[in-house]
Amino acid sequence: MASRNLILAFESSCDETSVSVVEDGHKILSNIIATQIDSHQRFGGVVPEVASRHHIEQITRCLDEALDQANVTYDDLKAVAITYGPGLVGSLLVGVSAAKAVAWAHHLPLVPVNHMAGHIYAARFVNEFVFPQMALLVSGGHTEIVYMKDEYSFEILGETRDDAAGEAYDKIGRVLGVSYPAGKTIDEWAHAGHDTFHFPRAMEKDHNYDFSFSGLKSAFINTFHNAEQRGETLDRNDLAASFQQSVVDVLVEKTLKALQQYPVKQLILAGGVAANQGLRERLEADVTRQFPTVTLIKAPLKLCGDNAAMIGAAGEVAYRKGQRADMSLNAMPGLSF
Amino acid sequence: MKILAIDTSNHPLSIAITDDDQLIATTTLNLTKNHSIYVMPTIEKLVAIAGWQPADLDRIVVAKGPGSYTGVRIAVTTAKTLADTLQIDLVGVSSLKVIGAHVAQLQAGRPTIVIFNARRNNVFAAGYQAQQGQMNEWLAQQHMSFEDLLQLVEERQEAVSMVGEFDAQFDEQVAQSPAHSLITRLPANYAIPSAYDLAILGRSAQPVTQLDEFVPDYLRITEAEANWQKKHPGELKQSYVREV
Ligand SMILES: Nc1ncnc2c1ncn2[C@@H]1O[C@H](COP(=O)(O)OP(=O)(O)OP(=O)(O)O)[C@@H](O)[C@H]1O
Ligand SMILES: [Mg+2]
Repeated sequence: MASRNLILAFESSCDETSVSVVEDGHKILSNIIATQIDSHQRFGGVVPEVASRHHIEQITRCLDEALDQANVTYDDLKAVAITYGPGLVGSLLVGVSAAKAVAWAHHLPLVPVNHMAGHIYAARFVNEFVFPQMALLVSGGHTEIVYMKDEYSFEILGETRDDAAGEAYDKIGRVLGVSYPAGKTIDEWAHAGHDTFHFPRAMEKDHNYDFSFSGLKSAFINTFHNAEQRGETLDRNDLAASFQQSVVDVLVEKTLKALQQYPVKQLILAGGVAANQGLRERLEADVTRQFPTVTLIKAPLKLCGDNAAMIGAAGEVAYRKGQRADMSLNAMPGLSF
Repeated sequence: MKILAIDTSNHPLSIAITDDDQLIATTTLNLTKNHSIYVMPTIEKLVAIAGWQPADLDRIVVAKGPGSYTGVRIAVTTAKTLADTLQIDLVGVSSLKVIGAHVAQLQAGRPTIVIFNARRNNVFAAGYQAQQGQMNEWLAQQHMSFEDLLQLVEERQEAVSMVGEFDAQFDEQVAQSPAHSLITRLPANYAIPSAYDLAILGRSAQPVTQLDEFVPDYLRITEAEANWQKKHPGELKQSYVREV
């Protein structure tokens, strides 16, 4: 039995192939990430079959590099952690097949990890977790407020009823001619503009923790096209700022409301959209002011997007909790908490 | 040499372990279920029955396509990762050849054409011919319309056997084709691949030298890629994946 607490983690749920070695659940020894963004940019979004093909091109190279960089061998490892959902089935299957092969070849336990738990555990590299805890999870496919009473227990308090926040960014980005994924560019433009359009804040005052972004998206697109038809060009920075303000308002408002009802010690901000500067600043300011006893842990910028280190961090906890998969583990594209 | 052979290119899943040419154990499933669930448990079981350890394996042989994209990827990912992690040889064999070479051997001199249904009246096809103890390629593997395949047989005026995934439409087209008297369609039981055959084909073949680069033979680029290339002639880059 290995004396060090090392997890080898695989992640391939969407358009990043990633393999990482994590020690004690919070130290990154390596985190190799091969991104296919340049490929999918040609199509304006992720094409599943293209993504699967890229994953199989990358998988063993990422694996070898992750072990090399961490300077460890298979004998040093305690377990293999793998994202088995949610995500694109063809993409997930490459990581799942590879992780199973490695686990079997070296008699290592196989630990199945929910990709969204992984996103939350990206914050574990910043701070130790104390419970109860809450997470605002905002990514390309998800927008959720998650309550964690104890370690590795997840309860969804609210979620989006239509588009995810990241998806909305990407869709309005396309209208503005920004290449996929648009979030980062819109964020930058937003910082140079002002909220002059006052787009709707959907469900902001509803008595639940659910979100909706499709109304905002439509309002944005209508405003843009109506101006276009009149031959007017609207200031793109103001458009971005107005859109972002609406998204951030709703996300923050609902999170604060949830904090009121569910007293927690820590609030985690994670997922691809957690890289958003506007959201990070606003949440920080509001939480500090209104909930001084709650510690906000923002996932590190580099670990907001998909990566295997976060799967390793979650995997280490899942391993301690005794979670195991056998060789029949399959990809679960629609997996949820 | 201890060999593990894996084929999940189409509906059937076939796994074998051999010691050189000697079959130790094999399992074939034809459940049309998700191969991901059964590949590793089957490997695990066969290797355990043989009393081997994973580290005892010397070589992995995999059917590398064409076939169902997802099916082929499960076998190739598994095979490639096993070869990489155990640091042993990997050999890829055409999934068409696994079936074709076996049948061609039984009828020396007579070409055998294998087809996999690629939908919309298209097939993945290849032809094999056993001559003087050699297995020759009578038709290089390719993606083509079934019509073109029939026309090719007609042009070559050779009596052939055909085996593979036939549907009613294909049978109808054979019956109507001027080439129909040249074609003997073999029953469906000949179309089930045997990983034992795969292991034998891979035993003496040259192993892959660039393991990381080993990918399936899809024989088709994706529709998205084809459309993009049409709109952007000459713009295709060497690689679209980068490390961050
Ligand atoms: N600074 C930013 N501001 C807003 N959105 C951003 C920013 N940076 C990235 N994004 C968005 O984050 C999303 C990608 O996040 P992530 O990789 O976590 O999503 P995913 O893995 O595709 O989906 P999921 O994790 O839900 O399965 C994209 O929609 C992208 O536009
Ligand atoms: Mg993600």
